[in-house]
Amino acid sequence: MRNLRWLAALPFLGILVGPFFLNRVEPFVFGLPLLLAWLVFCVIGTSILMGVIYLTDPQNRAPEDPR
Amino acid sequence: MSIALVIVAAGFALAIGLGLYARVGREMGLEQWTVGGRGFGTALVFLLMAGEIYTTFTFLGGSGIAYGKGGPAYYILCYLTLAYVTSYWLLPPVWRYAKQHNLYTQPDFFARKYGSRALGMLVALVGIVALVPYLVLQFKGLGIIVSTASYGAISSTTAVWIGAAALTAYVVVSGVHGSAWTAVIKDTSILFVVVFLGIYLPVHYYGGYEGLFTAIEAAKPGFLALPDRGQSPTWFTTTVLLTALGGYMWPHTFASLYTAREPGAFRRNAVILPIYQLINLFVFVIGFTAVMQVPGLTGPDVDLSLFKLSLATFPPWVIGLIGATGVLTALVPGSMILIAGVTLVANNLVRPLRPGMDDAATARLCKILVPVLALVCVGFTLSGGDTIVQLLLMGYNFVTQLFPCFITSLMRRNPLDRRAAIAGIVAGVATVAATVLSGFSLAKLPLLGPLQDVNVGIVALVVNVVVTVAVAQMVRAGATAAQAAE
Repeated sequence: MRNLRWLAALPFLGILVGPFFLNRVEPFVFGLPLLLAWLVFCVIGTSILMGVIYLTDPQNRAPEDPR
Repeated sequence: MSIALVIVAAGFALAIGLGLYARVGREMGLEQWTVGGRGFGTALVFLLMAGEIYTTFTFLGGSGIAYGKGGPAYYILCYLTLAYVTSYWLLPPVWRYAKQHNLYTQPDFFARKYGSRALGMLVALVGIVALVPYLVLQFKGLGIIVSTASYGAISSTTAVWIGAAALTAYVVVSGVHGSAWTAVIKDTSILFVVVFLGIYLPVHYYGGYEGLFTAIEAAKPGFLALPDRGQSPTWFTTTVLLTALGGYMWPHTFASLYTAREPGAFRRNAVILPIYQLINLFVFVIGFTAVMQVPGLTGPDVDLSLFKLSLATFPPWVIGLIGATGVLTALVPGSMILIAGVTLVANNLVRPLRPGMDDAATARLCKILVPVLALVCVGFTLSGGDTIVQLLLMGYNFVTQLFPCFITSLMRRNPLDRRAAIAGIVAGVATVAATVLSGFSLAKLPLLGPLQDVNVGIVALVVNVVVTVAVAQMVRAGATAAQAAE
């Protein structure tokens, strides 16, 4: 499951490359301008991806991290 | 005295009271004062990190840049999100190393990794130079908030003096413990206030988000996206990248990670903190609502947009609550910055020059330096006129120069030695300083085409990396030659 950490590259792609293609106001998505809606989607997606990485990371079951 | 001012004063008193209470039952040695005895759990580390990242900058600067610039404001939503992603892997090894070697500050880390006191002092200097505008920014925000919430009864200048005095008192007494506990109150109230304003204001004036954005698009087409030139997508991407790399290079952020009890706290934070970033969405919406409701603010005055709009909308007691929250957003990060700043001076500039100095003497010197640093920053605050966003970006350009030699120091075999690291940082910082002082910008070079909009900090970073690699090569060549001569 370790390879899942490469998912962390997706937020970089979405946020750094996305604006070149989605730099528009319309159409509105959920009432937000398109570019803003895309960036919000990226931020929420980042949290989800990091959650997946956290849950599958064997490091977090190591004894060095007592809860 | 207006009801608004009474509430602001109560917020002030609460912050100071909590700050003082936090030290109860603790001996304030250097380790307790600067890094909380390395005993903070996930929740406190979260609050401390969020606490110093969500500052008056979020509150006033974020709405100000949305009001003044429109679409380019979105970068604020993005850069920390990326910084959090990297933090998942970067922070735990730093924490482990810091604990193992009993480090207090960011320069300690560099000095130890590279075995060089000189590098430590250089990093300390860069940190102090970057921290001063950051603290000035907090004072500036504090002044705006108090003078607005008092409906002009207290001048911004008086507010800055009161704020600086209060901050000094509570930092001297309780150190980082005070910051953590005040952060609890601050984050709860900023969350509540910003979400409330970000939902209420657009609904009140436009019936909802779509109504708000449609009205702005009709009046100012394209304002809600990035412009083709200037703050274009190229500017956006390079600025987000630069500030994301610099996100954890601030001395106070770096030092706050030493406060954690265990490194898992950072991994959990990396999951939660991006969602927390969405608070900025509400901040932007407040700024956008102000665009057509309180038009005409320009220059540094854009930072007033949140308050001007609130004054036009709410009765004084609500202004008081907003003001009290604003005061906390200045005090908490302000205290973190002060602690980090004086620890840098005492522990990393003075101590290396006076070998006999022990922890107790260093802690004493720290507390003496608090009012000195506060005074310096008050001086800058009362004399300068930049907007909050400009101040912050300048500080970021400085601290980001530490990133290249930071990242290589985490590698199993660091390819750089101290000479390469020092040369790179000096070259990068000199480039930033030269561009800031001369007012240089790539926009003056039309040959570059779309590359004109690249953030100047990236240029400095490239200079930094080139010099670092060149010196590292020279060092290696020198070592090989010496070996051959034997």
